[in-house]
Amino acid sequence: MNADAGQERDPGLQPERTRLAWRRTTLASTVVAVLAAKTALHGSVSAAGIIACALCCALWLGFLLVAHRRIGALASSDSPPALTPRHATAAVLCTVALAACGAALVL
Amino acid sequence: MIEFARNVRLWFTPAQIREEGGTPDYRFSLANERTFLAWLRTALALIGGGFAVDQFLPDLRWAWRAGLALALLGAGVLCSLRAVNHWMRCERAMRRGEDLPVSRFPALLSIVVAVVAVAMVVVVLAGWEG
Repeated sequence: MNADAGQERDPGLQPERTRLAWRRTTLASTVVAVLAAKTALHGSVSAAGIIACALCCALWLGFLLVAHRRIGALASSDSPPALTPRHATAAVLCTVALAACGAALVL
Repeated sequence: MIEFARNVRLWFTPAQIREEGGTPDYRFSLANERTFLAWLRTALALIGGGFAVDQFLPDLRWAWRAGLALALLGAGVLCSLRAVNHWMRCERAMRRGEDLPVSRFPALLSIVVAVVAVAMVVVVLAGWEG
């Protein structure tokens, strides 16, 4: 926390709640990535399975990076800037790509 | 559909949205962001559900299993795309001082989830008998 946060502190703790929401969402994406890895490496391990698993891990890392950046931006000032569409789109694209990997693994 | 395409363009050009209207109170933006994240978690839960159906119901026939898993994955994709679209629309409405957009997506999603849940019950019962 920065030093001058005390004077104009939002009593609703909005930045903190938003940070925790990012944490929860990262946790949810972790669960999905673990399930994806389990699906990919279930039974006989094939090259395609390993590629899909690596892709899911990369997507999870991408999501982690987006969340990390946003949390950094939230902590940087008293009235943090709004989420940029690019960040939101990046987070959503990671999610969609995870689902695409899932579809490839299921079929 | 044209409206949607225009929104998609806005996803990637953040500067455009900043030109419209005034910047709302940061707390409103953060609340909007949390709603977006909640929808994203819903999407992730649906995707995780797709993986779970594929992994933890091995007794089902392949067609049923793959169909349900794909339906859940597709619902997750829809949900996440809609999340960013709705977030964008809300953000723009707040900047312009308009009413927040209404949506029938929550109702649609809950009906789909209910139908999938009922289908799961039927499939699991039938699958275990057969």
